[in-house]
Amino acid sequence: MYDFAYHRPKSLADALALLKGKPEGRVMSGGMTLIPTLKQRLAKPSDVVDLAGVKELAGIKVEGNNVVIGGMTRHADVATSADVKGAIPALAYLAGHIGDPQVRNRGTIGGSIANNDPAADYPAAVVALNATVTTNTGKHAADSFFKGLFETALGEGELVTSVSFPKAEKAAYMKFPNPASRYAMVGVFVAKTAGGVRVAVTGAGPSVFRVKAMEDALAKNFSSAAIKDIKIPADGLNSDIHGSAEYRAHLVGVMARRAVDAANK
Amino acid sequence: MTISVAMTVNGKSVSGKVEARTLLVQFLREHLGMTGTHVGCDTSQCGACVVHVDGKSVKSCTMLAVQAEGSKVITIEGLAESADKLHPMQESFRENHALQCGFCTPGMVMSAIDMVKRHNYQLDEATVRRELEGNLCRCTGYHNIVKAILAAAPAMKSAGV
Amino acid sequence: MTAATGIGARVLRTEDKRFLTGTGRYVDDLPLARATHAYFLRSPHAHAKIKSIDTAAAKKMPGVVEIFTGKDTADAKVGGLICGWVVKGKDGQPHKSPPHPVMALDTVRYVGDTVAMVVANTADEAKDAAEAIKVDYDVKSANIDLARALDKGIPEVHPEAPGNLIYDWEIGVKADIDAAFAKAAHVTKLDLVNNRLIPNAMEPRAAAADYDKGTGNYTLWSTSQNPHVLRLILSAFVLGIPEHKLRVIAPDVGGGFGSKIFCYNEETMVTWAASRVGRPIKWTAERSESFMTDAHGRDHVTHAGLALDKDGKFLALRVDTIANMGAYLSTFSTAVPTYLYATLLAGQYTTPLIYANVRAALTHTAPVDAYRGAGRPEATFVIESLVSKAAAEMKIDAAELRRKNFIPSTAFPYQTPVALQYDSGNYPPIIDEAMKIADYKGFEARRAEAKSRGKLRGIGFSSYIEACGLGPSRVIGQLGGGVGQWESAQIKFNPTGNVQILTGAHSHGQSHETTFAQIVSDKLGVPIEAIEVVHGDTATTPFGMGSYGSRSLAVGGSAIMKAADKIIAKGKKIAAHLMEASVADVVFEQGTFKVAGTDKAVPLGAAVFAAYVPHNYPLEELEPGMDENAFYDPSNFVYPAGTQICEVEIDPDTGTVEVVAHTAVDDFGNIINPMIVDGQVHGGIVQGVGQALMENAVYDKATGQLVSGSYMDYTMPRADNVPSFKLGNKVTPCPHNPLGVKGCGEAGAIAAPAAVMNAVHNALAPLGVKHVEMPATPLNVWQSIQGAQPAAAE
Ligand SMILES: Cc1cc2nc3c(=O)[nH]c(=O)nc-3n(C[C@H](O)[C@H](O)[C@H](O)COP(=O)(O)OP(=O)(O)OC[C@H]3O[C@@H](n4cnc5c(N)ncnc54)[C@H](O)[C@@H]3O)c2cc1C
Ligand code: FES
Ligand code: FES
Repeated sequence: MYDFAYHRPKSLADALALLKGKPEGRVMSGGMTLIPTLKQRLAKPSDVVDLAGVKELAGIKVEGNNVVIGGMTRHADVATSADVKGAIPALAYLAGHIGDPQVRNRGTIGGSIANNDPAADYPAAVVALNATVTTNTGKHAADSFFKGLFETALGEGELVTSVSFPKAEKAAYMKFPNPASRYAMVGVFVAKTAGGVRVAVTGAGPSVFRVKAMEDALAKNFSSAAIKDIKIPADGLNSDIHGSAEYRAHLVGVMARRAVDAANK
Repeated sequence: MTISVAMTVNGKSVSGKVEARTLLVQFLREHLGMTGTHVGCDTSQCGACVVHVDGKSVKSCTMLAVQAEGSKVITIEGLAESADKLHPMQESFRENHALQCGFCTPGMVMSAIDMVKRHNYQLDEATVRRELEGNLCRCTGYHNIVKAILAAAPAMKSAGV
Repeated sequence: MTAATGIGARVLRTEDKRFLTGTGRYVDDLPLARATHAYFLRSPHAHAKIKSIDTAAAKKMPGVVEIFTGKDTADAKVGGLICGWVVKGKDGQPHKSPPHPVMALDTVRYVGDTVAMVVANTADEAKDAAEAIKVDYDVKSANIDLARALDKGIPEVHPEAPGNLIYDWEIGVKADIDAAFAKAAHVTKLDLVNNRLIPNAMEPRAAAADYDKGTGNYTLWSTSQNPHVLRLILSAFVLGIPEHKLRVIAPDVGGGFGSKIFCYNEETMVTWAASRVGRPIKWTAERSESFMTDAHGRDHVTHAGLALDKDGKFLALRVDTIANMGAYLSTFSTAVPTYLYATLLAGQYTTPLIYANVRAALTHTAPVDAYRGAGRPEATFVIESLVSKAAAEMKIDAAELRRKNFIPSTAFPYQTPVALQYDSGNYPPIIDEAMKIADYKGFEARRAEAKSRGKLRGIGFSSYIEACGLGPSRVIGQLGGGVGQWESAQIKFNPTGNVQILTGAHSHGQSHETTFAQIVSDKLGVPIEAIEVVHGDTATTPFGMGSYGSRSLAVGGSAIMKAADKIIAKGKKIAAHLMEASVADVVFEQGTFKVAGTDKAVPLGAAVFAAYVPHNYPLEELEPGMDENAFYDPSNFVYPAGTQICEVEIDPDTGTVEVVAHTAVDDFGNIINPMIVDGQVHGGIVQGVGQALMENAVYDKATGQLVSGSYMDYTMPRADNVPSFKLGNKVTPCPHNPLGVKGCGEAGAIAAPAAVMNAVHNALAPLGVKHVEMPATPLNVWQSIQGAQPAAAE
């Protein structure tokens, strides 16, 4: 790891001020992605601004029809939150299946979605539930937040402050983990909300994506039978030693059907 | 960048000057000479380095020393009440032959204690196996580790730890 | 008093307390004053010429003490690393032996090959400086694909081995085999890959060295399974430091599984450089370096055939294997696919004719050498896969076909057609017991129940034989081995009656500190708390060959028995003197010397005290002191055997294989500590399950990059990948060692891959799947199912 200057602001305003004028500065939430990256010397930030002391960023609130999760909220807290379990159990389930207990004790939702790893779990929930990502400068709709491989709509100096998830009538997440890393090789989040049905897939492509054909079929008939004949094209999907594009395409179908069944339970 | 850090490790106040990039595990091993916490990988996956920070199990290889500023850290060295009285989890590992080379052991024990507490002293085999996702052992085949943790849960409860 | 701690007792381990309280001492834990830290710059290319190395800028970086390259070691005439086992090919010539410099000279030959060593005040500074070294490479095309490594036109790894061939070796008579196959009623053929594995002991390799200018003595702390052998190699072949001037200490070592047997360049370099730098040097591998540079295991491509008569009797076995050696020959690499592999091909069976042809090939990949089981898992996988396949083809029950061909218990000692003479064994009761424990009878009901849940359930057998406890030195010598294979022990009583056992074996998880103490406790009647086992330091322990090949107890334990006998013999003389009796009348029972038929008695402790305070002592005939040394060279290998039965459930939609039950019944001869033996079996099984279902070292075939170079891509078995195991045991004591013991360290890993894969094939048979290659990952299984479906539909 290269050395850097370390800061631990107590407020969002201080954090933003610290980042100002430091193009090579990076924020750190849980550090579960940033620190491994630094250890591999894949990044050389001048400054690391640790958000752990920014109390206003952590915590879970239910606001009307939405569950609002602060950017610094740890995966373990989402997984065990009574509010989340009550409103969107599938989201708690998802958080409880990110990494291992020690990763969940540190990693945060803000860090996860800002990083937008193609194999990360949260992006599937954000897109399927049509959540809104709030930052210090404004709001992003889920569909326009995730731009591509490790790419988001976040601008220079823009931080995720919270994510607001609308409650779901029915929802479930099915993850087929990569056998080695246990990240999502294919993860499918299916949700039926007031806004309609959404099917979001992570792990399979360069970034999270929706499966329109499945959404349409499920809107008419929310059952796994309704999507059993829908084939996902393998073109453009990820391929590695653990899964070919064809295999991932196949798994999207399997996981989607299982998610629908789980959502219907 | 050199920074001063201060924290409590196993009940004792400690402090030191570290680089910003110094990991908590390096601080423990190299600055404090507490080599019970091990390093088994460079991708945050093996769990040999697990310690408790403010009551939660974390990978000390994936946390900067400065992030533990002001925290209460417990390591494997801080578990036993005395030289003769091991923590029930340590005792159970011994009783059940849950260690061979001993390298994964400190991390396993720290993860196991955290797991038992989070599950309110009630665990079944499948849960223990799933909860050990972040801890690799190459020697024991996990069989006896699982057994040891299941046996330790009630022992911890009755010992009130 | 000793019953609870003697032979056969479940004694809790002596070593546990330090490991459980964080006070174990592994190499990286050493506090060395003024230590510097080494970092090795490694080749990013599989095959390249080094045009130039420029260290000027790096040398100016903060904290840098010294930088060494291959040129420095060549100028200083540092020797190359050696391969200690000469294998003679069909042509009678010794294997090709290309040079293995400690650092690359003008060519790099695998990703990870060592290019430079940076020594700096801290590990981070060393790494910072390594990045500033400029190496100009001329990248060449690489030879990565083992199956094609011996083909014409493939890039050569070393000019000393034309066509990449290290040896072309055979055992058995080919013509006889061909005739037997020609007239067989049934022939089962199998092409398979024995997947390449990365050992992954949880403690990465580490080395630290110090040089004492005043005495000229070197000390090397190394994560070694055999410190004496390491010292011997470094002294005699590589560094030329006289043996008595080099002390090698292997303190607590966090697992080895073979990978820490070998002499590596990093430990060589830190030792060599310590005198040049004038300060201690420490090096600890990062896990990614372990992936790249620890000697890998297995990696065979094999074509095999089994000929049977119409009743299923085995007539002949034919095996053709290409074994990967990697880019350089590691310490014991040549022996693994020959003497530790092909000689095991009889398995538990009476197969009268066996022929094996093994060609060892170089590739631009990390060196390959012994990994848990070393050759024997590969042999077992070939045999047991063939047998189960033959059973399926001939529609004979898999257990029945095995039983039909087992060597009968009355046939021991049994001479196999592939050189080994099995000393003892009784195989049918083992498989019976395993089938009982596994509830074989209930399998079809379980299969049907699984089917109702949409799962494919399968069952698989693996009946293995193992030759271990290396080994008679004379035989090893005849086969080309470069070292003796005895073991040593010293039992040293202190005047106050407590005991130190000094052993040349090394414990890195095997529990010697407990097992060896149990032997002495049992034999001499000393309480186990009064016994200390000392190992791992060439300065304090007698020369020994170290621990690998399940040899510690069978050979090292036998040496301890011999030393204990000497203690008793001497004690008898002292006691006879003290009791004024004739030595012939003195007996030793439960720690006390007695004269039969009288109430005269001298406890061992009193005899020991007399030996150290020899006031009333037969000094004319007997030396004072109670300190006995023994060396034990076995008369044969030992032959553990057993059967494993695995049950899997496969999710046909995803290809996921779950091991739902796994039974192992073993014959390890007499057992000193059943708890420890079971633990060895558990660990071995999981390494075998790992090979069968998860682990795979994958190099990119074009670039030679190690694709599975971290836990992100190399699938390690985790707790939720395996069930709890069901174990049983049967005992036929080893007839030729004093403890009657065999070895238990490798059995689990030897038998498991075939048991698991046979279960996978059994589960998939209804879908028409003929063959799934290891590892049976979800992708691999799913693709096999896809490939088979048209056939099944026919
Ligand atoms: C062993 C292991 C296993 C894992 N398994 C999984 C898994 O199965 N599924 C999964 O989804 N993830 C997994 N992860 C990743 C984990 O969930 C991370 O916690 C997460 O991806 C990043 O969150 P963080 O809080 O740790 O972010 P950090 O590491 O602190 O930051 C990550 C990146 O986001 C930036 N960033 C952080 N916070 C913000 C913010 N509020 N606004 C804008 N930018 C920000 C940082 O600058 C950095 O670039 C795993 C990680 C590890 C180490
Ligand atoms: S050292 Fe492997 S997870 Fe920390
Ligand atoms: S006991 Fe050796 S790695 Fe777990």
